[in-house]
Amino acid sequence: MTEEKHILTMLVDNEPGVLSRIVGLFSGRGFNIESLCVAETIDPHVSRITIVTKANEPLVEQIEKQLRKLINVIKLRDLTGSGSVQREMALICVRAKPENRDEILRIVDIFRCKVVDVGPEYYIIEATGTADKMKALVNLLKPMGIKKIARTGTIALFREPH
Amino acid sequence: MKLTGAQILMEVLKEEGVDSIFGFPGGATIDIHDHLERTDIRHYLVRHEQGAVHAADGFARVTGKVGVALVTSGPGATNAVTGIATAYMDSIPLVIISGQVPTHLIGNDAFQEVDIVGITRPCTKHNYLVPSVEELPRILKEAFHIARSGRPGPVLVDIPKNVQQGTTNFKPKQKVKLKSYNPTYKPNSKQLRKVVDLIMAAKRPVIFAGGGVILSKGAEELTRLARSARIPVTMSLMGLGAFPGSDPLSLGMIGMHGTYRANMSTSECDLLIGIGVRFDDRVTGKTDSFASQAEIVHIDIDPTSIRKNVPVSIPVVGDCKTTLEVINSFLAEEDLDKLTDSRGPWLDQIEQWKQNYKLAYIQEAEIKPQYVVEKLYELTRGDAIITTEVGQNQMWAAQFYHFDRPGYFVTSGGLGTMGFGLPAAIGAQVAFPDALVVDVAGDGSIQMNIQEMATAVQYKLPVKVVILNNCYLGMVRQWQELFYEKRYACTCMDHAPDFVKLAEAFGAVGLRATRPDEVETVLRRGLETPGPVIMDFRVAKEECVYPMVPAGAPITEMLLV
Repeated sequence: MTEEKHILTMLVDNEPGVLSRIVGLFSGRGFNIESLCVAETIDPHVSRITIVTKANEPLVEQIEKQLRKLINVIKLRDLTGSGSVQREMALICVRAKPENRDEILRIVDIFRCKVVDVGPEYYIIEATGTADKMKALVNLLKPMGIKKIARTGTIALFREPH
Repeated sequence: MKLTGAQILMEVLKEEGVDSIFGFPGGATIDIHDHLERTDIRHYLVRHEQGAVHAADGFARVTGKVGVALVTSGPGATNAVTGIATAYMDSIPLVIISGQVPTHLIGNDAFQEVDIVGITRPCTKHNYLVPSVEELPRILKEAFHIARSGRPGPVLVDIPKNVQQGTTNFKPKQKVKLKSYNPTYKPNSKQLRKVVDLIMAAKRPVIFAGGGVILSKGAEELTRLARSARIPVTMSLMGLGAFPGSDPLSLGMIGMHGTYRANMSTSECDLLIGIGVRFDDRVTGKTDSFASQAEIVHIDIDPTSIRKNVPVSIPVVGDCKTTLEVINSFLAEEDLDKLTDSRGPWLDQIEQWKQNYKLAYIQEAEIKPQYVVEKLYELTRGDAIITTEVGQNQMWAAQFYHFDRPGYFVTSGGLGTMGFGLPAAIGAQVAFPDALVVDVAGDGSIQMNIQEMATAVQYKLPVKVVILNNCYLGMVRQWQELFYEKRYACTCMDHAPDFVKLAEAFGAVGLRATRPDEVETVLRRGLETPGPVIMDFRVAKEECVYPMVPAGAPITEMLLV
């Protein structure tokens, strides 16, 4: 059975130790985490956790069931596919030699990124987009020399029905 | 009503109907123990915290109530972990109260501080560190609710010392409100219609019953189903007693040390109805060939159990008892008489397997451990509560003692915890002071919690310990004999204490049998003695448990006597 990426999003009690229960479940049962994002929602008692995992069908069913079984997990959805909006964010510190500056700015423009900090030999670029877009962007900037990069995992929301 | 945290704990324990607690005090539980002494709740002082949790566990298994253990912070709490993990694997409802250092010291590596909530996260159903005395009543009520509902399990509540001492307004009988926890008791009846159709159409059905049937108190409904639809029943180790072992439809235990007919019929059946089971590897052997000709129906209250280990055609999430009631009510509308004919050849085949390969052993000049268990069954007429340690003793108890009722077999199934049997027997005896409680033990396992003999003697709990003493860690030795070319690495235990003298040192009675003709006399004398007794049976050293399916092999590949 083929492994596929799944984006699992869940609302959880915003309490100490809850993230540890979830991460512990993944490590204890040998499930995989590709990325993880956590932050409070509008309700300060509730956080949203988004986890990207790679698993085959029966395994992802087991992962979802195990997560739902945790007392602190209020609601869980699999947001894989086109029914949801998905974004990642990155801050990329790229080496900006004079001869590369125009090219970098063109890429920034095409990818609708922003230069948020400029130094004599570098730019820090803020980028958001799908996982594919981020990958393409990184690939284009690589030849210029990426000094540092900080990326978030995927966050996602289900599209509201029209 | 203004109460301290320790007083609130007493109030909630009373509200929850707790009459017995197993514990061991320490600096971080002095306040609780202090108040406990002033209530009607009986506190049994164990000799090691592992014993406290196993005793609470044994108490819970025979009563169906929530067992309660009370331990101190740090080493008290870490000593409890094996007991907690044991209960977790077997879905036993427990509330474990641990003392903790005061909140302002948490994280400072204070004396006897350990992050027990962190340590027990993967082996509890849920756990809490109580942040303030205001939160304590809600947390305690939730702990009991979570422990006993749905798929039961242990819940740990870690109470810092200043929370025990702090005061707050206590409102009695608070309702539990948990927005995210709502176990499914009521099964989907559409699914059950399909199950009934399968039952009516099946030529070779088998029911596979597990501990879930016992936990949901569904044994009667199961028996009704099996008898009315003429379906033979096999049981997991945890399921023994869910269906009468002496019933002609009983196939006995399934799996690695299951009966020949149980393993064969599971492999040949066309319908397997798993109820309250989790298809553990000791049951299925090689999963690809497990019940490979069958449609599998799986009924369990825990959705994670379903499709975890084996593919299932009809999943049913629900309480075992409730589900069995619905199936039985649907079946009542069917023409069950016609099953008498259609099941005939299948039941004949099973009878043939039964006649050809019975559970057996060869009598020799030495005492055979199976013989001791057989005699024990005979003399107690199946009326004893049997607890076991883990290993060969456990398997022989499961094979040669026949359990006709639920709650009479208390064993560590999932975790396989050596040292479980004696403290569990103590817990069972506390629950039923007049019952005959026997721990079937090995010489290895009994030494893991032998200190609890002192508890038994102190509280006049007349538990009987039957040691099948072969001077080996027998089950591992058996594997070494069969699969490691008889290299008995580290399994020879020929420096055990003299168990008779040891019993006497504890203030109990010790007896010994070294020849087969002494077995019955020693058993009789031991069982008739009023107080706790250790009976040391010097059995054949290199006896193996048969049948045996090598780990990972199909369950039809049995090594037989």
